Amino acid sequence: MENPYLPYPVRIDDIEIATEDKSLKTFKFVFLNPEDEDKFSYHAGQFAELSIPGVGEIPIGIASSPVEKGFVKFTVFKTGVVTAHLHNMKVGDIMGIRGPLGNWYPWDKLENKNVVIIGGGFAFTTLRSSIIYMLDPANRSKFKNIDVVYGARSPGMLLYREELFEWEKRDDINMHITVDGTDDPDWKYHTGFVPTIVEQNAPKADEDTYAIICGPPIMIKFTQPSLTQLGYKEHQIIMSLENRMKCGIGMCGRCNIGKELVCKDGPVFTLEQINQTPKEY
Amino acid sequence: MKFITIDKKDWAKGIEKSRETYRLFGPVKDKNGFLIKRLEQDILPDMEYHDSIMSAKSILFPQTEKMLSTTLDDSKKDHHIMKRDQIDTTPRAIIGIRPYDAKAIQLVKLNFDTDDYRDPYWCDAYEVTTFVGLAINKPGPFDFSTSTGTGPFCEEGLDILLADLDDQFLAKVLTEKGETFISACGFDTIGDEKESSALFDVLRKEAEKNIVSHIETNKLKEKTILELHEAPFWDDIAFSCINCGTCTYVCPTCWCFDIQDEVKQKDSVRLRIWDTCMSSLFTRHATGHNPRETKVQRVRQRFMHKLKYFFDKYDQGIMCVGCGRCVKSCPVNIDIREVCNIMNSYEKQD
Repeated sequence: MENPYLPYPVRIDDIEIATEDKSLKTFKFVFLNPEDEDKFSYHAGQFAELSIPGVGEIPIGIASSPVEKGFVKFTVFKTGVVTAHLHNMKVGDIMGIRGPLGNWYPWDKLENKNVVIIGGGFAFTTLRSSIIYMLDPANRSKFKNIDVVYGARSPGMLLYREELFEWEKRDDINMHITVDGTDDPDWKYHTGFVPTIVEQNAPKADEDTYAIICGPPIMIKFTQPSLTQLGYKEHQIIMSLENRMKCGIGMCGRCNIGKELVCKDGPVFTLEQINQTPKEY
Repeated sequence: MKFITIDKKDWAKGIEKSRETYRLFGPVKDKNGFLIKRLEQDILPDMEYHDSIMSAKSILFPQTEKMLSTTLDDSKKDHHIMKRDQIDTTPRAIIGIRPYDAKAIQLVKLNFDTDDYRDPYWCDAYEVTTFVGLAINKPGPFDFSTSTGTGPFCEEGLDILLADLDDQFLAKVLTEKGETFISACGFDTIGDEKESSALFDVLRKEAEKNIVSHIETNKLKEKTILELHEAPFWDDIAFSCINCGTCTYVCPTCWCFDIQDEVKQKDSVRLRIWDTCMSSLFTRHATGHNPRETKVQRVRQRFMHKLKYFFDKYDQGIMCVGCGRCVKSCPVNIDIREVCNIMNSYEKQD
C-alpha cells in the first residue's frame, strides 16, 4: 500500500475567477506524472486534500467530473491560511493533491431514478461534477429526470455560470436557477431562496426519486422541511457534509459525527443516517 | 510455551548484548516520575518502576514526527515535491512495557492499520518493535485494568512477558519476535514449563486480587449513541473540566493528531503532532463555525469516543485499558471510572 499522506505532485494549469467578488477561484491542475492521473481515479462527490508544501492542506470537493480527462478542477473559497495562500499562487506553480478521498453520491442506487440536485452558494462543486457525469452521453440514459435547483446571493455569485445557462437550454435536464435578489432587469430566472424554489419547482417525491443537497448549514436546515412536504423520506435525501479535517483517511480523529468519520465514512450520508448520529457538523 | 529464567545478575549483560541488534526503549526516571524513553548508551531500563507518567505509545507515535519534506527553493530539482525521508528500521525493543500499555497499542493499531489505509509511520515502527512486557505484581489503586479486558499479567500484544521474582526474572516467550530478542540477549536458561506456568498463574491471581477498582461496561452496547449523547449528565461531568487535555496526552489509547507544515529558510517539513479533542481548535472550521464549541461537547466527545463510538465501531470492547493515568493526572479529579459507570447504568426516562 502506498503512503496515503504523500500527495501527487501537480502543476497549476489554469486559474479562473469564479465569482464577481473574487472570493472564489477555480484551479485546474495537471499531474506532473501522467500515471498519477490513473491512480487518482474518482467518483463524483469525492474530495481531495490540496497540499501546499510549507503551508498546509485543505479538504476540497472535486469539481471536475470523472468523465473529464487530463486534469482535475477545484473551486476554492478564500477563507483560511491555506486557501488565502492558494488564491495568491500562479499558473505554473507546483503543489500536491492527495486523494481521491471519502465516499461519493450513490450512483449505483441512483440508476433508473429521478435525481433532484439542490445546491446553494459555493457548495456546488461536487454537484457540478455530478451533473457533468450524469449528462455525459454514456451515462444520461442511466438516469430518469434530472432537476437542478441552484441558488446564490446574486447572479455574479453563481458558480459555473456559462455551464448553467447551457444546461438551461437543454431538454434533458430541468434547471431552476435562482438568486436571493438582483437589480438586473434582464434576469430571466428565479428570484428567491433555495427552500422556496424547491417547494415550488422540485418534483414531488415517489419511490424512484432522490434528492442530493449540498449547501451551507442554514440552507440545508430550511430545505429539509420543503422536501419533507414534497414527500421525500429520510433515505431519499442525500447530503454531503463538511467538517474540519487533517488526514482525510479516517485516522486523525477530529471530523467524527458519532462513530462515523466524515472524511472516510462520508462525506456523503443520507438524512436517515445523519439522524442517527449526533449533529456535530 | 517456552519459559526462560534470567538471574538478575546476568540481566544487565544480556540487555547490553541486545544493543548489538536492537535500539532499546524502557522506563527511565525523570524529575517528575518515570517515562518510557530511548535507552541511551549505558542506561538500563529501571525495572523497579511502578508506573510511568506517560505510556509507551510515543515509541510508535512520537509527540512530533516528521512525515514529509521538500525544498521550496525553485532552483533546486524536485522543489515543492514532498517526499518521505528515510527512516531507521533497525529493530527496536520496548523493555518493561506494562501489559495494559501493550494492549493499548493493539487498540491503537485498529486506527492506524486498516483495510483501506495503512499509516506507514505507525505501522513501520510497529513492525520493527519487540514488546517485552513486565507484569505488575502489585497493581496500584488507580489500576482497573481487569475490567477493561486486560490485566496485570495480560499477554495480548506482547512478545515476551517478564515476571519479577525478586532475584530473577521469569520470561514467558510468546512469539517468534520474542524468541529472537531473548536469543539476542543470550538468555538461555530454560525454565520448567509446568512449574513456570503454574507460578505465573499464582502471581497473576495474587496481582489481580490487589485490583480494587472496577468499572461496569456490560450495558454500554445496548444503548444507542443518541441516547447517551443526549443524556442529561454531561453538564455535571464536564463542570469542573478546564480542557487542559492532560487526560488525552497521558492516555495510551488516544491517537488523535494534527498535521502542520513548518518552514525554515527554504526547507519545508510536514509534521504529525499529538492533538487533543479537548481543544476548541481541534474541530473549528476556517469559517469560525465549530461543531464542538463548548467544553461540555468536547468532554462528551472524549468519553463517548472511548466508551461508546469505539465499542460500536470495532466490537472489541472499550477504548480504555484501565491504566488509571487520566484519573491520576486530572487536575480537577474527573474520573473515567465514574463516567463509565454513569453511562453504563443510564436509563433513558420517557
